[in-house]
Amino acid sequence: MTRGLSPFNIVSLTFGFAFLYLPIVLLVIYSFNDSQLVTVWGGFSTRWYVSLFHNQQLLEAAWVTIRVGVVSATLATVLGTLAALTLVRMGRFRGRTLFSGMVYAPLVMPEVITGLSMLLLFVAIGLDRGFVTLTLAHITFSMCFVAVVVQSRLLSFDRSLEEAALDLGCTPARTFFVITLPIIAPAIVSGWMLAFTLSIDDLVISQFTTGPGATTLPMRIYSSVRLGVKPEINAICSILIAIVTTGVIIASIATKRAEAERLKAERAAAAGR
Amino acid sequence: MTDAALPARDGASVWRRRALIAVPYLWLLVLFLAPFFIVLKISLSDTVIAQPPYEPVLDLANGWQGVKDWWAGLDLENYGLLFEDEIYWRSYLSSLKIAAISTFLALLIAYPMAYGMARAPKSLRPTLLMAVILPFWTSLLIRVYAWIGILNPEGLLNQLLLGVGLISEPLYIMNTETAVYIGIVYSYLPFMVLPLYSSLEKLDDTLLEAAADLGSPPWKSFWQITFPLSLPGVIAGCFLVFIPAVGEFVIPDLLGGSETLMIGKTLYNEFFLNRDWPVSSALAVLLLLVLVVPIALYNNIQARELEAAK
Repeated sequence: MTRGLSPFNIVSLTFGFAFLYLPIVLLVIYSFNDSQLVTVWGGFSTRWYVSLFHNQQLLEAAWVTIRVGVVSATLATVLGTLAALTLVRMGRFRGRTLFSGMVYAPLVMPEVITGLSMLLLFVAIGLDRGFVTLTLAHITFSMCFVAVVVQSRLLSFDRSLEEAALDLGCTPARTFFVITLPIIAPAIVSGWMLAFTLSIDDLVISQFTTGPGATTLPMRIYSSVRLGVKPEINAICSILIAIVTTGVIIASIATKRAEAERLKAERAAAAGR
Repeated sequence: MTDAALPARDGASVWRRRALIAVPYLWLLVLFLAPFFIVLKISLSDTVIAQPPYEPVLDLANGWQGVKDWWAGLDLENYGLLFEDEIYWRSYLSSLKIAAISTFLALLIAYPMAYGMARAPKSLRPTLLMAVILPFWTSLLIRVYAWIGILNPEGLLNQLLLGVGLISEPLYIMNTETAVYIGIVYSYLPFMVLPLYSSLEKLDDTLLEAAADLGSPPWKSFWQITFPLSLPGVIAGCFLVFIPAVGEFVIPDLLGGSETLMIGKTLYNEFFLNRDWPVSSALAVLLLLVLVVPIALYNNIQARELEAAK
């Protein structure tokens, strides 16, 4: 479809994007509201941001969230990449249908079920709830998202490069590290970022699988949101939105640049022939 | 066959291949699949005030007798309760209703958006796509929280409408089912737009041109060509919204009132407030049974797409 935009298209795009962005924009604007009453504008102020940094509970929760996020995203990226390789490169093997089911099901599984079932597993095997169980749970659901991202990259790339390396006597392991890994690297990086974001955003699965001493930021936000809207919460949410938005935009620019470089290199190689 | 490029040259590579498969396979088997059987088992147990709060507990120290005692202690009592107590089956029905209506509303908003995106100039499309994906990266909790400030009786929407003079009394949307619809449609809109966009973008313009040349009015071309060809996107989008919406907890909990029953919220409260592990497990098993058909259909579509891409 390449025909121009009709007035109807422009209206529906404007309406759709306004619906998507207005609530977030209003939240950020009101985080700079001086008034204690969240919905009455009382002038510009950054005092809620200042008071955040004196809130010991929130700072501790943020630290737990970041640690769980980094550890779980890293392990989920390794496992998710292996899962993607299994789905795309291993051909048929016994139990493949079950495996692909286990990779796709967590993507749509209601969080209350995932959370409850993992908690009951941890209780059954006698693992104390806390940082470790929280991290294990986060790895399990986010590795499937990584698998899907890496899988789509594996499906779209040119196998002849790998075949050439193998024909020239490269071992399969070396081929993987020298050829395959650099090509799928952008997908692995975005997989890691997706896993990290899913981990720092998660509330329900964390509520089920955490224990004393491992309270995450979304859990703290949730318990104060239940008591009503507070300007301090607007401020912490705005910071999270800013971090995620910057990360996503930087990543997409970097991917685009890498893609352009690759195309240029390919064209140069073709011209040299 | 993709396997052909990497032939099993020797025993070592066969083992390497097996090890590679085994790591993610065993992980998901132990941490994703096995827990469901534990949920099933506990849903057949009885609630007790103890640690863990259910019995019987399998006691292998007693050998075969322990296994027999454990087996004899399991029953379907909790499921009977789910059918007797109104709150449970009404939660299921109301979840399905709310999820179905929200999915339909999301489709109504997302289709024109995806259509507009697919018709936008090629240079603009990556930006528009990015703009749809970006809110998905922001925490669901934060996005739902943003609506509380808007929908409250003294919130921004009422201030605006009262200020303009459209209404004289504040609207009570917060803590109603309407707020839950708004929350679900808002939160899951990107999941609907993305598959719709990818199927609409692939659409061949020449088909529409041919129809126009043959005298078909635009609305007729839309219903006879564009819409049928975008059906895979419609189906994928509906699954992606409907399935998680049925089990949604955060949205009905924060935006819905006490009369909004949804199964995710009932399960959560049964577990955290009543501390009734066996009944919450039984709720989870039934929720899974309700969702198993849509999830299987969705998995099937995914797998078929994967095969087609190879």
